[in-house]
Amino acid sequence: MRGSFDVRNRRNRQRLVANAIGLVVLAVMLFPVYWMIATSFKPGRDILRFDPKWWPSPWTLDNFSDAIHRPYFTDNVKNSAIVVGVVVALSLVIGFLAALAIARFRFYGRRAFIVVIIGVQMIPATALIIPLYVLLARANQVDRLSGVIVTYLTFVLPFTVWTLRGFVMGIPPELEEAAMVDGCTRFGAFLRILLPLIVPGLVATSIFAFVQAWNEFIFAYVILASQENQTLTVWLASFTTSRGTDWGPLMAAATLTSLPVVIFFALVQRRVAFGLTAGAVRG
Amino acid sequence: MSAAPRAATPAAEPLLSSRRRERGLPARVAAGAPPYLLVLPTLVVLVGVLAYPLYWLGRISFEHYGLAELIARKGTWTGLDNYRHMLGDAEFWRIVARTIAFTVVNVGLTMLFATLIALLLVRMGTIVRGAVLVGLVWVWATPVTVAIAVWQWMVDFEFGVLNWTLTKLHVVDLIHYNWFDNPWTGFAVITAVVVWGAIPFAAITIYAGFSQVPQELVEAAEVDGASAWEVFWRVTFPLVKPIFVIVTSLSIIWDFQVFNQIWIMLEFRPSPDYYLLGVYSFVESFRVSQYGLGAAIAVVMVVLMLGVSFVYVRQMVRISEADA
Repeated sequence: MRGSFDVRNRRNRQRLVANAIGLVVLAVMLFPVYWMIATSFKPGRDILRFDPKWWPSPWTLDNFSDAIHRPYFTDNVKNSAIVVGVVVALSLVIGFLAALAIARFRFYGRRAFIVVIIGVQMIPATALIIPLYVLLARANQVDRLSGVIVTYLTFVLPFTVWTLRGFVMGIPPELEEAAMVDGCTRFGAFLRILLPLIVPGLVATSIFAFVQAWNEFIFAYVILASQENQTLTVWLASFTTSRGTDWGPLMAAATLTSLPVVIFFALVQRRVAFGLTAGAVRG
Repeated sequence: MSAAPRAATPAAEPLLSSRRRERGLPARVAAGAPPYLLVLPTLVVLVGVLAYPLYWLGRISFEHYGLAELIARKGTWTGLDNYRHMLGDAEFWRIVARTIAFTVVNVGLTMLFATLIALLLVRMGTIVRGAVLVGLVWVWATPVTVAIAVWQWMVDFEFGVLNWTLTKLHVVDLIHYNWFDNPWTGFAVITAVVVWGAIPFAAITIYAGFSQVPQELVEAAEVDGASAWEVFWRVTFPLVKPIFVIVTSLSIIWDFQVFNQIWIMLEFRPSPDYYLLGVYSFVESFRVSQYGLGAAIAVVMVVLMLGVSFVYVRQMVRISEADA
């Protein structure tokens, strides 16, 4: 008994220490994000000063309006939205089917298919971009969103299949089996039993797919040559080079670029931490 | 996560599925066309978009393929010339060494910090843990281009908050110090950006592994007088080793091909001191228009990563077999 009392005591002490260090870690990890947001609300004279001002007061929206009114901002937001929307929708539909196959069926070639799904994600983007660029050029798909969409599918889709597979595995097959005993067809059971149960998984997966597609840089940078066709990440990356460094508007632009991702996460916060690991690891 | 029902050993596995078949329940039965129809669209996309480019990448690595060839759509076969040129170039070997060193340092730091944070997460109270998890996910979701812009601003030579802090703390006098003048400090910043961005995924994944370690095992070891260090190495680590294998190999693969952080951080024109293999391959292709040579470098990258990829893929396939 004494032993377990000691252990509990030790555990409480541990928790206090862990909490304290945890808060320090949190502060350090989030500082860059805080500094971005704080800077974006500061007037120019509070940005360009040697002693940093830790809190934006007075605050202003000038940096945001400057960023938004830069050339091609609205075009590029629209492009990003189109690319991400199409990629996520296609990946979810196609990926769900494949996830069903590897989670619910044993079939010849299943292992080979899994190897392909996982192996494809190992190919370096810098290696793929050379042939993809040249071949898209031949197919007249350079500088078009369709070329980028097809390219993004090659890394978002395998990820989607694998993550959804994890979620499908989490649903006991007995539920579908029961429906089939009651006269449902197999696909009826998938549609009526599995699909509604998997909705949280679909939401989580679509968010990860969204983040991947929204954040991608190198393919869009190479494939989309003209400025009005580029995506928001490329727009942001060329922000400094185009006009010298204008930190206030740059931080406002950076804040705006990460905004959609943050909003999506805020909406489904609870699922996220679990979902992040659902696809990668289930041991 | 209901682990119990699928704790079947490999020997018990066929038994289970044959019992299912007897009951007339075709859930996981080898069943004709349906699974193939289900994977078909995915296969079409992946093979359609990737197979030919990969073949083509291999082919032009044996060709002279510059701008003229790009327009004429036909390279001239030069056998191993690209590879010979590349391997005979001292610059190439410097870049390989630099890439390997960079990968080792970045993966090492990522794994170290991620493991420490995961160990903390296990011990935290619920509220603080939730806050830390949300913070980590936020960092994870931050677009790399955004992260780069923010770090550029933090290390700005004139008004950067980092120079100010380090100077105020009397660590070093960094008034007007440009971190990118010297490749060593430049790479320190790049490492910071990469590791900062990589920690969340690694930490959360390792934490997920730790939280599946049965608490009784840890407690039993503690009651028997094991130190925290011993508990970690003798109890926790062996149980979550597969997760460490996965996270480490993924980190190696990601850090080995780092491109964005260097390319954007150095405003699309990094000096050769900053070349890693990914950047080098890109520059040879798109800057110098030597697509053949760039392809050869890319092929070498893929080959160098094959061993790591193999370990990773094997581990993942094992998991999927154990699950099914």
